[in-house]
This record gives sequence, structure tokens and C-alpha cells, in this order.
Amino acid sequence: MIAEIGHFALILALVVAIVQGTLPMIGAAQGRANWMAVARPAAQLQFLLVLTSFLALMQAYIISDFSLANVAQNSHSAKPMLYKVTGVWGNHEGSMLLWILILALFGAAVAGFGGNLPPTLRARVLSVQALISVGFLAFSLLTSNPFERIFPVPLDGRDLNPLLQDPGLAFHPPMLYVGYVGFSIAFAFAVAALIEGRVDAAWARWVRPWTLLAWLFLTAGIALGSWWAYYELGWGGWWFWDPVENVSFMPWLMGTALLHSAIVVEKRDALKIWTILLAILTFSLSLIGTFIVRSGLLTSVHAFATDPERGLFILVLLCIAIGGSLVLFALRAPALKAGGLFAPISREGGLVLNNLLLAVATGTVFIGTMAPLFAEAFDYKLSVGAPYFNLFSAIFGLPLIAAMAVGPFLPWKRADLAGALGRLKVAAGLTFAAGLVTWYLQQGGPVLAIVGMTLAAWLFFATLAEWADRVQLFRIPPAASLSRALRLPRAAYGMTFAHIGMAVAVAGMTASSAWKAEEVRVMRPGETVEVAGYNYRFEEVREMRGPNYFSEMGRFTVTLEGQPVAELTPEKRFYPVQRMPTTEAAIHTTGISDLYAVIGDSDGQGGWTVRIYHEPLVPWLWAGCLLMVIGGLVSLSDRRLRVGAPRRRAAPAASAPATAS
Amino acid sequence: MTPRPFTRLLPGLLMPLAALAFAWSALAVEPDEILDDPELEARARELSEDIRCLVCQNENIDSSNAELAKDLRVLVRERLVAGDSDQQVLDYLVERYGDFVLLNPPFKPQTYLLWFGPAAILLLGGLAVAAYFRQRGREAGAGPAPTPDLNAEERKRLNALLKDEGRA
Amino acid sequence: MSKRVILLLPIAVFAVLVVAFVWGLAPDRDPSRVPSAMVDKPAPDFDLPAVTGLEIPGLKTADLNGDVMLVNFFASWCVPCRVEHPVFMDLAAKGDVKLVAINYRDKPADAVAWLAELGNPYSRIGADLTARTGIDWGVSGVPETYIIDSEGRIRYQHIGPMQVSDYEETIRPLIEELKQ
Repeated sequence: MIAEIGHFALILALVVAIVQGTLPMIGAAQGRANWMAVARPAAQLQFLLVLTSFLALMQAYIISDFSLANVAQNSHSAKPMLYKVTGVWGNHEGSMLLWILILALFGAAVAGFGGNLPPTLRARVLSVQALISVGFLAFSLLTSNPFERIFPVPLDGRDLNPLLQDPGLAFHPPMLYVGYVGFSIAFAFAVAALIEGRVDAAWARWVRPWTLLAWLFLTAGIALGSWWAYYELGWGGWWFWDPVENVSFMPWLMGTALLHSAIVVEKRDALKIWTILLAILTFSLSLIGTFIVRSGLLTSVHAFATDPERGLFILVLLCIAIGGSLVLFALRAPALKAGGLFAPISREGGLVLNNLLLAVATGTVFIGTMAPLFAEAFDYKLSVGAPYFNLFSAIFGLPLIAAMAVGPFLPWKRADLAGALGRLKVAAGLTFAAGLVTWYLQQGGPVLAIVGMTLAAWLFFATLAEWADRVQLFRIPPAASLSRALRLPRAAYGMTFAHIGMAVAVAGMTASSAWKAEEVRVMRPGETVEVAGYNYRFEEVREMRGPNYFSEMGRFTVTLEGQPVAELTPEKRFYPVQRMPTTEAAIHTTGISDLYAVIGDSDGQGGWTVRIYHEPLVPWLWAGCLLMVIGGLVSLSDRRLRVGAPRRRAAPAASAPATAS
Repeated sequence: MTPRPFTRLLPGLLMPLAALAFAWSALAVEPDEILDDPELEARARELSEDIRCLVCQNENIDSSNAELAKDLRVLVRERLVAGDSDQQVLDYLVERYGDFVLLNPPFKPQTYLLWFGPAAILLLGGLAVAAYFRQRGREAGAGPAPTPDLNAEERKRLNALLKDEGRA
Repeated sequence: MSKRVILLLPIAVFAVLVVAFVWGLAPDRDPSRVPSAMVDKPAPDFDLPAVTGLEIPGLKTADLNGDVMLVNFFASWCVPCRVEHPVFMDLAAKGDVKLVAINYRDKPADAVAWLAELGNPYSRIGADLTARTGIDWGVSGVPETYIIDSEGRIRYQHIGPMQVSDYEETIRPLIEELKQ
């Protein structure tokens, strides 16, 4: 009964979305205020209906209602409660419903917080948002209905893939979806602006917080997925350049570009056409990602069960959403008036460079991800793997990081590069020292790794120097600096945190790729092995029993120069329902590195295959991502973004004299 | 080794690392495969990272646990011990499985787009940026008369505004 | 270059992408298919012993000369092999084409029992215990079936279980063509 309510609510949501997608749009075109006014309540109603539907499905999972095909195929009565709940989105149908729920949530949020939006813009934004909902609600109802019943009702379910029964992965999809779907707001704003034919500083100010919100969730979602792979897959890798990873990385790269170009629109009323295109492309890449993951188009290690028919449905949605918006863009973009002028060497110029490099990086990931498909169409089987992507990451990533350090020192409109670099003397000195220390500690090592570490240090010190510059540290009395520090806008701190996070993460990526140490061998209890200076003593293996699995747990005691450091208990589990083994690595973090142990098979003669990895600076990678997310949150809490722009045409720089290169 | 059609029937819809489903907890390089000569072993490891595990998805043979991946790891080591160069080992595999086996795509006419594509986008983007600055420069030159000089009061306000904004 | 043209560029790129997507969604396309690069090359050098416990001789490169034939890679642990087996039994009964096999990464005793249960359509079976010969052929899984021409050259690779329709529509016409 509750499942039928959920199904019915989903159908009603579709009806509401159709109304919300048409009436306000027509109302905005014809100036009918009462038609436009439909948008806000409709968005909120749509959200409530989808929420009802989602909760109905969740309830079915919680009580293990195996009369629903979806629950029977993906759950099991013995599964821990946490994974019954998160199992709702551990499958295609349920995750699609979550996708739609988040879409509706964002729509309702714009309706709720958009009180200061001009009525026509708000009506159009909410209409566009609803039209996306219509597409995906129809998709869900017609091809992926999670409320389908089965008869006879099975006694128990087939269980969730044990690899997904993990806290890291349980919360990875919702975060990722908030990221993907959040970009729909920027998209809706872009389409609405194209229809209105007007983009100004106020527009950018409305778009930025939504983009920032989506971006920070996407960052967290990607990091969480990467972290999961790191500890669950059992060999300490954290990024594989798999198509499914790439399709989440592309919207991140584009979204990062969008965040920065929207600043130029807001402050300087320039780069408007480009920013609109970025907003369209960022969400388009999210849609393409959804399509690729669910259509089986590319072979991937973690794809949903694939179905070409569903793929075709999403492809049609893609054509309407992306094709439609790009046509609208081609028709209407010329009508957008160019705004403020700036010299190539300026803050704006720096942000253009940022955008250029990020766009090229996105393009490269795109080419590499799609190449096997295109090659296959010409009867040529091709693989594009980590070596290709790593090479281009270095080619485009390193200059980006180098420039990222300098950009914030450039004033708007026209800058003096030499002067900016002059203010970076201290940072340059510290960077040089850091580079030397790295080189000395690693006795050379791969040149690229030294360059990576040095650039990470450069970004770190330059970002700190920029903050010190703002608060005039050491140039005015400390108390005065402190009061300046307290008065800095939060958006400025957001940038500082995010850029420092990037520096820390880059150091982590570089070091863990270049200086990982490992030992693979058969060990008997009582034996010891040394990896990167740490002594691992293999104590024993015990058999254990979990709620829905059996486990063999090894125990290692780790010492450093005789001093105890940690006890590691890696497990090898077996989940009988899915007949699937998993490895549970044991990880001890020292803050500088991770000690990582995995236990494999017994050789039948008292020995066990044991893998021990020393993962330098991997904790920094997670810390860096966390800092980026914190930066996003801090920036989001900035009063100016929260309040939005009360007046249109408030672009302050517009009154400045025009200068050109 | 997986009988093919069943990869499509595997239960569990999201299936990260499908290969894990068949690997009875054997993980990547096994102790018995490792060569005694550390130099050759290091070469084997490095080489293995560029060879695709054909039956897994986008995984290299070094981190894969499929049986074919193990066979290929052993094969790579045998050939290295027999004195093959890295390139000879790769050629040996390409002769049998085609370029598909290489995770680092070869440079040849079919892959020009792949290798030159990023540079082409950079060039195109760079030209677009240059054109933008040129055009905007011209507009500014021929555009409306430059803003008249500001009086002291306006200048002060402007500076305050710029300072505030420039800091944000 | 006119500005309008640049604005149309994203649409053009997207259109190409959609064409590729539509092509990629074709139901008969299997993206995880690994074709062998040995097709149109002479069969590799190999000399496999007979499966222990079978009365049938082993298989070596020289055995492939002189006649058009099918080489089937199979294993007793492979479920799709069981599915395609009746097709080969039928072929052997008709005697249209010579049929030999390579028993891939299998336990000899299992293979013997399997063939005893399902019947043996093959005139020769080589035991590839290490799968090394399989690698030499560019095999990535079982079942796979190759067509060899009278000069011992590999002419065609069929991946996955052989259905009657596969045989009638693709394999047989090719064999007949090669026999002329």
C-alpha cells in the first residue's frame, strides 16, 4: 500500500512538474503575474511529492518488503540497518529517484530563497528546472520504476553488493548527486538569462552560491569515492581514470572554471557569454555522466547494470536539454552586451588563464574518455589508461597551479606582473627551500615529483603570502593585523582555504604516486618485515563472524625503531548471500603517511599472503580535499552571497574609467 | 577467467571492480610471481602498469586479480628474464591482442586526434582569448570618449570601491 | 572567423557526440569484446599434448594445414561452452567441416568427464593447461572459435558461444568460400 502511495506521488510530481515547466514560462513571456506566481508553490509541492515517494521506497527497504522487485534484488533481511537505508540508492532505480529528489530539492530551495529575484527571472529559472524534472520523472516512471511488485514474493532478498556495504560508499552517491544536480541551477539560470537576453553582475551574484554549493558537494563526493577505493580495493590506489571517475571529474573541472568566471561577471561585468556557456556545459557534462554510467556505453569497473533502452531514453533527454540549450545559446548569446574591459595581465586575465587551462583539461579528459568509443566506431580497439591521463594532468595541471599562486596578487583591470611577483619574494624563497628539502630527503627521485612538490609548496606559500599581504602582517602592529584579519570578507577566507587545500592535496597526490613503498610476500605468524623503516610483526590470524559475513582477521604490530606505533587488523571477508569475498585493509595514519596492510590467502602451510604498503602523504590528499570543501562552506557563508544582490545594475566597477590594452 | 555472457548477468547492480567477483581473494601480484632480481622485478612492475587486463575493465594487470592478468604478469616476467627489452614485451602482446592491450595508446594516425587533441584545444582557446583581447582593445579605442577626469571626491570613492572589491 | 560560427561550434561537437552515442547504444555492440589481433595471420606455433585420459590426439600447428577447419577453445568450467556444445555435436555428425579443439585452463579429469557426458565432436584436442597457447592466439576467454584456412592461416574469430544462427549466417558461408 505504501509503495503504491509512493508510485502515485511520483506520478503526481510529474503532473506538477509539467505545470511548473509551462505556465510560469508562458506567464513570463506574456507578463502574466499570476501565471508566474505558480512557479514557487509548484516547486515546493513537487519536492514534497518526490520526497513522499522517496520515503515510501525507503520504508520498503527498512521493513524488507520483498514484494517490491527492487528491494528483493538489492536488499536482504540480515543486512545492517544502515545499509538497508543506504541500499535505497545502491541500485539504478533507487539512485534515479534520489537524483530526482535532489533536483526537486534544489528547485524548492530556489523557490524558497529566491525572494529577491526579479519575478520573470525566477519564473523562468523554476520552469527550466521543472522541465529537467519532467524528463527524469518520465524516465523513472516509464523505464525504471522502483515500485514494481513481484509475485511470488521471495522469502529473502539477493542482498546488496558487499563492496557497497561501507560507510564511505554509502554516502558517496548522495554527495555526488548533490554536485551533479546542483549544477542544474546554474544551467537553469543560464537558460533563463538567454531567454531574457540579459546577464549582469546581479545575475552572477545569484548564480554563484548555487554553483559553489554544487561544487563543494561534488568535491566531497569525488573525494569520498576516491577514499573508498583507497581503503576498500586493497592496494592503496585512489584514482584509476576509469570512465565513471572521469565523468564525475569533468563537471568538477568545468564547475571550477564556472566558479571563477562567474566572479569576473560579478565584479567586472565581463566574460558573460563565456560564463553562460560554462554553466550550460557544466550541467551538460553532469547529464552526459549520468548517461554514460547508466547506458553501458563505455566499459567501466563500476557501472550500473546496463540497458540500451534506458540509454536511448536518457540520450533523447540529453538531446533536448543540451541540444536545446546550445541552440538557444547560439541564437541569443550575441544579444548579450559585452561589459568591462581589462588588460591581459590583470586579475581578470588570470581568471581567463584559469578558465582556459581548466577547459583544456576538461577537453583532454573528455577526449581520453571518449576515444575508445570513437575508435571502435572505426573498427579500431583502443585503450586509454592512466599513463595518458597522468601525462596530460602534469602538462596542464602544473602550469595551472603555478599561475594559481600568482593570480590573487593581480589587481583588477590592469596589473603589473613584476610588481605582483615582487610581493612573492618571501614565498619564492620558502618554495625554493621546500624544493631543496624534498630533493634532499628523496635523494633525487623522479624529476616530475620534485616539480610537483615544489609547485605545491609554491601555491601554499603564495596563498599564505596573499593573506599576509591583506592583513599587512609584520608591516603594521600585530593587533592591527589581527583586526584586519577579522574584518576580511569570508569569501576571501574561502579562497585562501580552498587554494591551500589544493596545495596540500597536490602534495599528497604527488608524493603518494612517486614514493609509495610496498612489500608483497608470504608470512607466517611470528615473522617480521620492514617497509619504509617500519617493522611489521605478523602476530596471528583469527576467524570471526559478522552480521552477514565471515571473516579472517590478521593482526600485525608495527614498531618504529623499537617503539610501538600501531596494531593493524586487516580482514578478508566472505559474504555468503552474494558469494563474494572482500578485503578490508587496515590503515594506520601517522599524518605524514599511511601504514596500510592487507591479508590475502593462506598457502595451506601456515603462511599467508600479506601486502604491506607505505603510502606517503596520502592523508594530505584527504585533508586537502576537506580544506577545499571547508573553503567552499566558508565562502558560502559570506553575507554578500547569502543576501544576494538586492539591486540589479549594482556592478560597482561599471563606474570606473574604461581602460584597454 | 570469466565465461563472457555471464558478466552481463551478474547480480548486484552497481558492481565496482567486477573482476573482484571472481577473484577468490587473490589480489594483484602474488608472492610466487615475484622475480629474485629486484631490477628485473621493478621493470616488470612498471611495465605491468601499462598493460591492460583484457577481461577486466580499465584495470592494469599489475592491480588485477583475473587469471588472465596473472598469466600475463608471469609472461611479462618470463620474457624479461629471457632478455627482451620493454618494447619487445609490449610488441609481443600487441601482436596477439592489438593496441587494445596498451593502456598508454601508441602514437599513430588512428590516435593523432587523441594525442594532438589537447594541444589543438589549447591552441584554439588561446587564439580565441587573443582575438577577444584584440577586439575589446579595438572597441575601447574606437568606443565612446574616455571617461572624463574624476574630481578628488570621486577618485576617493573609486579607490575605496576598488580596494574593497579587489580584496574580495 | 565570424562570431556566429564560433557559437555554433558547441552544437557541432555535441551533434558528433550524439551520433557516436547512438552508434554505441546498438544492441549488438559489446564494448567489452576483445578481438584477437591474430586474425589474418598464420596460426601461432604451438604443440599441445593430448588431454590426459582421452583417447584423442593432441594438437599442434602442423595439424592445422591442409584443410579448412574450426578450432574451438573450451573448458569444462565454462557454462556458455555447455550451451554451444550441441551445435558442435551436430556439426560433427554432419561432417561438413573438420573440428578440433583446445581445452583451455582445465583439469584433465574434468574435461574427460565433461566430454563423456556431452559427447565429443572434436577429432583432436590439445590441452592448454597454462593458457599460454590461448595467449598466443589472442584468446581472452572461453568459448572462442576460430576458422583456419587450408594454409593454416587464421581467418575469423567468433567470440562467445556459437549459436546455430551464428553458424548458418556467418561461419558456414565463410567456410564454403574458403573451401573454393
